[in-house]
Amino acid sequence: MTSATRRLLIASAVLALGAPAAALAQQQVNLGVSIPAATHSFTAGIVWWANEAKKELEKAHKDLKVTIKTAANAGEQANQLQDLVSANKINALVVFPFESAALTKPVAQVKAKGVYVTVVDRGLTDTSAQDAYVAGDNTAFGKVPAEYLAKALDGKGNIVALRGIATTLDNERMDAFNSVIKNHPGIKLLDAKYGNWNRDDAYKVMQDYLTRFKQIDAVWAADDDMAVGVLKAIDQAKRNDIKIVFGGAGAKGMVKTLIDGKDPRIQANVSYSPKFMYDAIKMTAEARLKGEKLPPNTIIPSVLITKENAKDFYFPSSPF
Amino acid sequence: MKKPRLHGFGPVAGLLLLCIAGTLLNPEFATLDNAMNVLTRTAFIGIIAVGMCFVIISGGIDLSVGSMAALVAGAEILVMNALGQAGWSGVPAVAAGMGFALLLGAALGLAHGLLITRGRIEPFIVTLGTLGVYRAYLTYFSNGGAITLENSLADAYGPVFYGSLLGVPVPVWVFGLVALVGGVILNRTVYGRHVQAIGSNEQVARYAAVDVDRTKVLTYMLLGACVGIATVLYVPRLGSASPTTGLLWELEAIAAVIVGGTALKGGAGSITGTVVGAVLLSVISNILNLTSLISVYLNAAVQGFVIVAVAFLQRRKR
Repeated sequence: MTSATRRLLIASAVLALGAPAAALAQQQVNLGVSIPAATHSFTAGIVWWANEAKKELEKAHKDLKVTIKTAANAGEQANQLQDLVSANKINALVVFPFESAALTKPVAQVKAKGVYVTVVDRGLTDTSAQDAYVAGDNTAFGKVPAEYLAKALDGKGNIVALRGIATTLDNERMDAFNSVIKNHPGIKLLDAKYGNWNRDDAYKVMQDYLTRFKQIDAVWAADDDMAVGVLKAIDQAKRNDIKIVFGGAGAKGMVKTLIDGKDPRIQANVSYSPKFMYDAIKMTAEARLKGEKLPPNTIIPSVLITKENAKDFYFPSSPF
Repeated sequence: MKKPRLHGFGPVAGLLLLCIAGTLLNPEFATLDNAMNVLTRTAFIGIIAVGMCFVIISGGIDLSVGSMAALVAGAEILVMNALGQAGWSGVPAVAAGMGFALLLGAALGLAHGLLITRGRIEPFIVTLGTLGVYRAYLTYFSNGGAITLENSLADAYGPVFYGSLLGVPVPVWVFGLVALVGGVILNRTVYGRHVQAIGSNEQVARYAAVDVDRTKVLTYMLLGACVGIATVLYVPRLGSASPTTGLLWELEAIAAVIVGGTALKGGAGSITGTVVGAVLLSVISNILNLTSLISVYLNAAVQGFVIVAVAFLQRRKR
């Protein structure tokens, strides 16, 4: 190959890449979705809602194509991002990063190729690598249950709490919870230990709380999976001092219990639904089809779920 | 022989020290209820560790037991639910499911044994492979969520975990029985002696006309059956299996065996030590939960320090 023909080839390649990208932004949207694989019920919900969004949106819009890739770890996700750009020729991306720091560079490279990038849930360490950010509300996730428990206990009582896995997200929730409880001197937070967002670990921690504390008025289980373990431990110990078990996230089993009023200890919940994946894909696709931009930050609020509004948070066919 | 008695005392001394520390930190530690809680939650890992003890003594290893427990738990629940829907009533459906779980555990162990002996693949690699395979299949069957036992069946199954006999919970009885039978098999049968012979020198065992392949296959099947027993006790506790079920159980089981004084290179070991090792590991986290002396961020470090300290106490003379 002579250098002249090589130069010609490169020039035409650049043209071929550049030209349609500009044209596509107006009418055709080729949307890539990169998410963690379904390894626990929350990520299973993420995958399910992403596929729901694909089904619905592709039916509604002829000019839209959605490609979903799931990754088992940060490295695989970085590779998939490259594939989405080079093989699938995406011009918009919705990404739920495995880890904030590790995925920042790979996402920045995608954006540098002219792809519109929406980041979901876990923020990147360098926000210039994204066009828009959609996330759940972790502060409200801790604040809502604290306010609910303070009110339900009439400003006095003993609470034990469970924490998830040591992450910034978990710290945000715990800090928000503490900041509310601080204003209620009659309420005592006896202890907060890690249950790893896991039924078995929550069961063990709760058993030991029950051994250690003779009077517990409420449990902030901070997650619906952990609430399952907590309830089993309380039942086994045959303790009836615990009036409220407050989970979190609004998993379908717990929302169903709330609707049916099956367990008097389950009175309320706080939403943190993997449905924000669906919202993020829908908002990005619809904005890009019109050639518009999303607001830089969209927070999907975490709200109190009670028996009255529980139906709006019940999705029986979702795995979460 | 006086030496083995001395170093066998290491884990027991460690456990006693921990118990004294626990009682001083929180008197609730020494109550019967707490002791039963600890023994009950040790039962799963403890039963698996008894099987693991045989595998390690024979010079092998099994990294897949946690994933295997998860897959067996999921499959057991699916079978029970299917039988329940086919019109079986509670008790027979539960009994059939339990039988299925034991058979599945033994069958998966048989597969390991055949791959290792006939396939001549290192046990580390075989079971590292199946570790991924089993958990992936469970995740697939559950769509990443939880496989949940139907309520009517869960009620019939409940007593297997929550029931008790003479004030001692069922899982603790089963744990004791498995340990007793394991001890008898290891120390009082021809098969048990063959396991130890293979672990101390496989070539010599072969020359001594020991059927090495058959013994090894049986060892992995025994461990698979132990995983089945542990699963049968585990499922009625929460009535569900999810991709986080049995996570890292393999490391806890191996740690229990080694802390209990069995050499990782095989050849010799004891079931009593393994049982003490398993109890010791769960006592540590129990004590940490009963106090708030140490930052929750350091829980894993405390466990690590104790493991190393106990291993030091029971180190062998070269």
